[in-house]
Amino acid sequence: MKAKDLARQLQGRFPRQLGEPAEFRGEISVELSDPEQVIEVCRFAKESLGFDFLLDITGVDLCRETPRWLIVYELYSLAARAHLRLKTRVPEEKSELPSVTNVWRAADWHEREIWDMLGVRFRGHPDLRRILMWEGYPYHPLRKDFPLAGRAVEIPEGPSAEPAPQEGGPFVSRPGGPRAADREPRARPVGEAEEEA
Amino acid sequence: MAELDYDRKIEGNVVVTRLEAVVNWFRKYSVWPMPMGLSCCAIELMAAGGSRFDIARFGAEVMRFSPRQSDVMIVAGAVTYKMAHVVRRIYDQMPEPKWVVAMGACASTGGMYRSYAVLQGVDRVLPVDVYVAGCPPRPEALLDALMRLQARVAREPILRKLKRPGPILPEGKSR
Repeated sequence: MKAKDLARQLQGRFPRQLGEPAEFRGEISVELSDPEQVIEVCRFAKESLGFDFLLDITGVDLCRETPRWLIVYELYSLAARAHLRLKTRVPEEKSELPSVTNVWRAADWHEREIWDMLGVRFRGHPDLRRILMWEGYPYHPLRKDFPLAGRAVEIPEGPSAEPAPQEGGPFVSRPGGPRAADREPRARPVGEAEEEA
Repeated sequence: MAELDYDRKIEGNVVVTRLEAVVNWFRKYSVWPMPMGLSCCAIELMAAGGSRFDIARFGAEVMRFSPRQSDVMIVAGAVTYKMAHVVRRIYDQMPEPKWVVAMGACASTGGMYRSYAVLQGVDRVLPVDVYVAGCPPRPEALLDALMRLQARVAREPILRKLKRPGPILPEGKSR
C-alpha cells in the first residue's frame, strides 16, 4: 500500500512531531502534534514525497474538547495515486496557525473558508478575507455554539439578517415512516405525530 | 364608421374592440423576463424556454440579461443575504412597469434553507406579484404564473395610467 509507505516516510522524517499513521477503511491519517510545524511537514510531503495535489483543507469544531479546532489537510499524490490525511489540533485561545499557501497555491481559498466559517486565522496568508459570508459579518457560523437560525445582523446595503424561523426544525428526517408527516416531524412536534398514527 | 358597416369588401375582417383591450393584448404577449437565476430553479426556467415547454408561446421568450430591457424579474432560487441587495439593485434598474415572480420555495419563503445565510423570502426586498410553489417548480407551473401575470396585465387600466403624469406605477407598488 503506497499511501502507508509514504506516511511512514513522512513520520520517519518528523518522528517527534508526527504520530503513528492510522488506517481507517483504507485511508491513512497522521496527526501532527505541533501546528506551528505544518509548513515544514507539508513542504517535505510535497517536495520529497510527491504529494503535489492539495485536495482540501477543512476545519472541525470539536466543541467541548480541548484543543478545540481540528484542521485537516487532504493530500494527494497524482504520480503515486496515494491519498494522505494530515490532522493537527489548534487551541481556541490561539486560533492561529501558519498558512501553507507558499507550499500549495490551492490552500488560499480553503484557508479563507476556514477563517470565514470557524474563525481560525492563518498566519502569512496573502489575502485572509471572508469568502462565503459578506464582508463585515461579525460571526463565524460553522462554530458549534452558533445557532443554525443565525443571529440578527444589520447589513447597511441590504435587508438586515434575522434569525430564520425553524418551524419545529432543524430539518430532520427519520427513515421508514409510511407517511411524510412521520418521516419529517418538523411541522408538528414528534409526540403529536406519533399519537395520531 | 357608417361606411365601414356597409362595406362588403372588408366585412368579416373587422373586429371592433376597445383600444385599451388591444393595447393590453399587445403588452401581455411581450412580457420580457429578467432571468434572476440564482440556483437550481434556473434550470427549470431554462427548460421553460426550451422547445418542449416553449415560453415563446406566451411571448415571454426574450430573456433580457440587462434589467433596462426587461419587464418581469423571475427570481429563480435561494436569495442569500449577500445577494439580496444585488437583486434589489437590479430590480431598481428595471423600467416601470415591472413585475416580480418568486419562482420556487426558496425565493418565496427561504424554502428548506432555514439558515443564517438565506433571506427568508425575496418579498422582504421586492414587491412580489406571483409566487410559484415547488422545489423546483415544473416549467408548467412557471407558465401558469406567467399566464396569471398576463391576466393581471390585461386588466390594467393602461390608458388612464398613460394620461397620468409621472411614472407608470402599478397600484400599491410605490417604493
